[in-house]
This record gives sequence, structure tokens and C-alpha cells, in this order.
Amino acid sequence: MTDSSSLKVVVLGCGRVGSTLAKQLTLEGHSVTVVDLTKDSFRRLGPKFRGQRVVGTGLDRDTLEKAGIASANVFFAVTQGDNTNIMAAQIAKEVYSIPRVLARIYDPIRAQAYREMGIITLCTTTLAASVLHSAALQTPDASGLLATAQEWDRDYLTRLG
Amino acid sequence: MYVIVVGGGKVGYYLSKQLLAEGHEVLLLEKDRRRHALVAEELGDVAVQGDGCEVRVMREAGFGRADVIVAVTGDDEDNLVICQMAKASFETPRTVARVNNPENQVLFQRLGIDTTVSSTQIIFNLIEQQIEPGEVIPLGALRNGNIEVVAISVSEKSPVLSKSVRSLPLPGHSLIISLVRNDNAVLPESDTIFIANDTVIVLVHAADEPRLREIFAEKG
Repeated sequence: MTDSSSLKVVVLGCGRVGSTLAKQLTLEGHSVTVVDLTKDSFRRLGPKFRGQRVVGTGLDRDTLEKAGIASANVFFAVTQGDNTNIMAAQIAKEVYSIPRVLARIYDPIRAQAYREMGIITLCTTTLAASVLHSAALQTPDASGLLATAQEWDRDYLTRLG
Repeated sequence: MYVIVVGGGKVGYYLSKQLLAEGHEVLLLEKDRRRHALVAEELGDVAVQGDGCEVRVMREAGFGRADVIVAVTGDDEDNLVICQMAKASFETPRTVARVNNPENQVLFQRLGIDTTVSSTQIIFNLIEQQIEPGEVIPLGALRNGNIEVVAISVSEKSPVLSKSVRSLPLPGHSLIISLVRNDNAVLPESDTIFIANDTVIVLVHAADEPRLREIFAEKG
């Protein structure tokens, strides 16, 4: 990595999470390429998006190379499919040696298994469930968690929405 | 043996039938309810409805005591995860994955799948074999895909004709393991002479394959 202040990022999956990440990172000056199966999904990026858009499957070496994976510092796998994210993340890590590979996984068991295999995984199922659980039971950390969530949503509305 | 087949498409269905006929204990897992109902009509209790990527389903299906897990769904990413999760959660001794995109074959081996099968690659190899005599045909890849097993058919115009094994400038990381001559496997010795229509089976380091190709290639 030559300049840690400007990263080369590939985001696989242009759903709500992928498009939000892509917009946030481009606003911060990082170079971002978004990959999705359908061109339609890129509408979520809005007309002002300054990054690149590539149509194709993230499991295809041709598509990934078109997205510049060979020189990327960070790879996000955030499609709707856990297994697609898992396989794409492993391609990024094993074939292209991307230093930072992250995957969103809905199934907590798979998230834990692949975390042990060296991929940074985030299970949004247990994340959402535990925050909501804290809020309902009014645990000591509940107000802090909810305040952070509110801050993120405000930031989204003012900068990214 | 207890074999669990995941994916009840045509491949999974016929594979299960064949394994049952040979007396193995078989369980066929199919995610789609309609497809499951269809195969269950013929296979009965052998066919179970469930997602073979879910550890809960895997446990109920008895992954813990399976000798072999065969993942033959139409999606490579599912086949990969089924085999990896079987290894990680149940220490399955042997995993076999169907690979639809031949590009994934080497990757799957690198990621710990014991055996990969690509019908696309097999058919492609057969076609190549038909139309290009004298070519180097990949038969398979060993651990990590670093070592390849290739077959080379010696044509009437091959530069190795009438030469001995010893006299070939073979690259350092290659080994002739067999010679198929008139449908017989011959163990080659250093003074064995190549004749037309021999098929030479070679173990070769992937990096040395181009050099091997040059040695056997017809000129002009």
C-alpha cells in the first residue's frame, strides 16, 4: 500500500449496504469500483457517484479483473448471497492476495467458520438482533448503541442519501 | 460407505441411484421443495428436503458420520461452501465438488476440496483430443494445481519419433509416468523409443508445461 489515505476499493454487490459503502468511500476520496449482476442496481449510487461501475458476477475472474481487483487494497463482498460472498472473498484473498477482505454474511455459523479461515466477516443477523435485544431490555450499553445508530442514519441522510 | 449427495438435479439424482444400486447408504439433500418431491417419489426416504449449507440441516442429515460428501448443485459457490463447511464443522474425510466453471477447479483444490469434477472440462478435453493430435491434453491437477498430469499423443510428424526417453531434453520438474502403446500401458525406461500413436503420460510442474509442449510439438 503506497498511500493509506487513498485506497483502491472493490465493492461486490450494489444493494443498500454496497451502495452506501461505495458512496461514503468515494466522498472520502478513495477510488471505488462497484460490481453487480444488473445495471439497474447502480441507480442506488445516484447520479453524482464518481466511482466506476462494472456489470458481471463477482465469481468470474474476467469481471473482477475488469474491476481492477489486481491492484485493489480492499475488497468488500456484500451481495445478497452468503455463499457468493464467501467464494468471492476467498478468490480476493487467495488468488489476488488483497490485504483487506471483508464479507457480510447473514448466517452466524458461516460467519464464524470463515472468520476462523482469515476473512473479516460481519454477521448482520446477530448484529441487528443483539442491538435490538439491548434496546428492548434497556441494558447499560443500549443508549450508546442506539445513539450511534442514529448518528449513522443522520450522516446517511445529510451526506449520502 | 455412507455417502451424502447435496443437490437433487439430474447429476445428483442419477448418482444417488447408482450408489444405492452398489449397496451404499445414501442420503440426497435437495433444497427446493418441488424438486425434492419429484425425486422423493422414486427414492423415498433417501431424499431429504433441506439446505445443505445450513449446519443444522447438515447435523440432522448425519454429516458427522458420512464417509464422503458430494456437492453437485448447479452453483459453484454452493458446492464450495457445502464442502468447506463439512470439513470445518464435521471433519468429513472426503469431499467431492462438481465445478461448473472449469476456471474454479484449481481454486477449489487450493481451498481444501479433495476432489473436483468439471464436466465442462472433461467434454472440452475430449473435443480437443479429437481435433488436435500431437497436443498436450491436461488430465488433471494435483494438490494446489502446481503439478499437472498431461497426456501427449505422438503424431506421425512429432520430433520425438525414433528418439529414446533418455535423449529428450525434458524440463527438470517433469516425469514420464507411463506410455500407452496399442492400448497397453508400458512402463517407459530410459532406452524406450517413441513411435507414432504413442500416448505419453507425464507429471509436470505447471511452470514447465510450455517447455514440455515445445519438445513434443510438430514443426511446421
